[in-house]
Amino acid sequence: MVMKRKVAFVDLTKGKVVKEEIPKDLRLKHLGGRGLNWYYLYNNVPPECDPYSPENILAVGAGLLTGLPAPGSGRTNIATKSPMTGGVGDSNMGGDFAPEMRYAGFDHMIIRGRAEKPVYLWVNDGEVEIRDASELWGLDVIETQKAIRELHGDEQIVSMVIGPAGENQVAFANVMTGMKNAGGRGGTGGVMGSKNLKAIACRGTTDLEVHDPEGLLEYFAEINKRAYSSRWAKTLGRLGTPLLYDVSYTTGFIGTLNWQYNTPGDSGKPLEAENLEPYSLKMVACFGCSVHCRHRVRIDRGKYAGILGEGPEYTMMGTFGTLVGCNDWEFVIKGNDATNRWGIDNLSLGAVLSWAFELYQRGFITEKDTGGLKLEWGDQDAILELSRMIVEREGIGDVLARGFKEAVKHFGDETEYYAIHVKGHPNLHTDERGIPSFSLGIATSTRGADHLRSRPAIDLFQLPEDFLESLYGYRVSNDFTSYEGKGIMVWWHELLYNVVDSLGICKFQTVFNSPTSPRFEDYSKLIRLATGLEISGEELMLIGERNYTIERMFNVMNGMSRKDDYPPERYFREENKRGLPFMKGRKLDREKYEKMLDEYYRQHGWDENGIPTDETLQKLGIGKPAKNFPEVE
Amino acid sequence: MSKILLVTPERCTGCRTCEIVCSLKNEGVVNPARSRITVIKDVFEGYEFPLVCMQCEDPICMAVCPVNAIYVNEETGAKEIDYSKCMGCRTCVISCPLGGALVDPVTGRTLKCHLCHGDPACAKYCKTKALEWVDVSLANQRKRRASVEKYTEVVKKAERLR
Repeated sequence: MVMKRKVAFVDLTKGKVVKEEIPKDLRLKHLGGRGLNWYYLYNNVPPECDPYSPENILAVGAGLLTGLPAPGSGRTNIATKSPMTGGVGDSNMGGDFAPEMRYAGFDHMIIRGRAEKPVYLWVNDGEVEIRDASELWGLDVIETQKAIRELHGDEQIVSMVIGPAGENQVAFANVMTGMKNAGGRGGTGGVMGSKNLKAIACRGTTDLEVHDPEGLLEYFAEINKRAYSSRWAKTLGRLGTPLLYDVSYTTGFIGTLNWQYNTPGDSGKPLEAENLEPYSLKMVACFGCSVHCRHRVRIDRGKYAGILGEGPEYTMMGTFGTLVGCNDWEFVIKGNDATNRWGIDNLSLGAVLSWAFELYQRGFITEKDTGGLKLEWGDQDAILELSRMIVEREGIGDVLARGFKEAVKHFGDETEYYAIHVKGHPNLHTDERGIPSFSLGIATSTRGADHLRSRPAIDLFQLPEDFLESLYGYRVSNDFTSYEGKGIMVWWHELLYNVVDSLGICKFQTVFNSPTSPRFEDYSKLIRLATGLEISGEELMLIGERNYTIERMFNVMNGMSRKDDYPPERYFREENKRGLPFMKGRKLDREKYEKMLDEYYRQHGWDENGIPTDETLQKLGIGKPAKNFPEVE
Repeated sequence: MSKILLVTPERCTGCRTCEIVCSLKNEGVVNPARSRITVIKDVFEGYEFPLVCMQCEDPICMAVCPVNAIYVNEETGAKEIDYSKCMGCRTCVISCPLGGALVDPVTGRTLKCHLCHGDPACAKYCKTKALEWVDVSLANQRKRRASVEKYTEVVKKAERLR
């Protein structure tokens, strides 16, 4: 075994760090990244722990293949108890951070406690130091990273930081690295802020040993080519994720004016992906990725002149686009820049902002609540101002910053219907009500409403059912408006995405939007060549099941069950008002949904209430939580 | 010499795959700090530029080496280090105006690109062709073609303005 890699347990209250080698049996059970992070969370964060208390843990992990020649191997996983759901808070970030953390000697940072004053972690070639960050506190995401490089006089330092939103413990604040890479979801930024931890700065020159260098180089060439030569990857490399917009707004599955509509229709034409081209300087990539799906953009003229940024991604086209009634690329770019600097999850922000705007439209809130701000759809200044108020926790912004669960208590129970969330976690801007597999996916996702836990995007392609059977191992319908077999589909993608997150590989390099991309068997070979560990494709699926069930158990421990596995009520009651003929008039069917959910539970080996059975837990080797954070003096 | 390692920075996405494969192929480990090629990048300013030895025709490194440890590989044209002679004085590192040579932070050895003895891994794995291992005459033609394209574009623009 060549992988003598380390985990650092950091206690910020005591100011101590304990370093340990990660044992091989933990690798075989959980791989790394997301899987190993949740092993530590499950064992060390009890149900009574408040997310913002020092006892909560912020786990930062590199995947088993992060930083190695593997397609899209630049991912970082961040896990914590979520201030929004009270359960799994988990996010995954691109960029260069986790590779640098590995070169600096560490695969995982398990952080608990609270520093007395603002601090940052300096991680350098096998050492972790807790350093004073009083000069960094108050800086935005980009200023902070630049300041750290200046402080150390080293332009190769890569940092994961929080911005003002994280410092102010906004429930949906995120952690970030580079210009735009966000560990966006789950509220990790606020938890980091609650620990008085401003940044983790890494720099390293430590070797990453490889089991079979020649074999790995050879296989990397082959698997990489498969990942980047798909039609999906090629288009993505030219247009970025905004390419999804053209499909979603013509078909009709993009939230519009807070999910009152499922597309802006023709008025949304200005936001088509091609219209971003005039602002795009070049396509750039995360570490080790050949897909290069992000634009570098610049605005030279007009109200928002002077912005240089990366992105924007498809999600931002909801937040400062369809959700709030805007169809202006420059405003989307402006929003991208602002949210990146604040360090706030733009997906959650979109759902929360547009909720406030609909409450204003319906008279649940008035100018009296907003401090005179008129929340009129499409008013760019009002959208920006309300966002700023959320980040700075000013007036009504302070209420919205607490997240949906708390804000509903403030505005009244009847406002909950308009809050598009699952488990208290805001949805991204897609409107899933016409697509059962997508609806089930956001509903069962362990971190609450989200697409990157399971979304079987290939469900939209109407692939031959024989092919789907060879992929999933079961007969499933290839009609994306059908419920047949979709429980199995979501289950399979949950396992795959868990494995990918635990390996540190990007979803754009697996079976997400491209059916021919690498999957379990391919990763099995990569793992063998890179680490010498023999883990078959089937065993990888079992690891995915184990990791996913541990997350499920974390949610169960925190009071969740079947009742929390439903898409927003609006999806059952209101029909799609627009879109192509087969989307218009569609909504979720309650009876069919329940059946699909049953099938999904059965597939996981969970009971009808969504609780993993004793037999399942035994099969997966999941015991009762047992604290193993080393006691430090 | 018939082939050249052609660098086209405008095509570089900053993914650093070249650094990973260079260190793995030549040092047997993954460690960008030991790669003979480095993407000099600053995402905040918005640039990325792959930096590697240009295999100069009249190399300063060769001229300044006090023990004549740098020699020309006649087959590939690479200026390579003979480690049986190299005493690690770093004179080449200091003298090269392009930053073509570097010090291995782990072993202390002086490193420079040797074109992987005729099959450079960086170019092989560079998907956007920011790095290419191409015939010299082809590289020349490509550069000239690009300049003509720029010129014709300007002419067309001028015509539209008229």
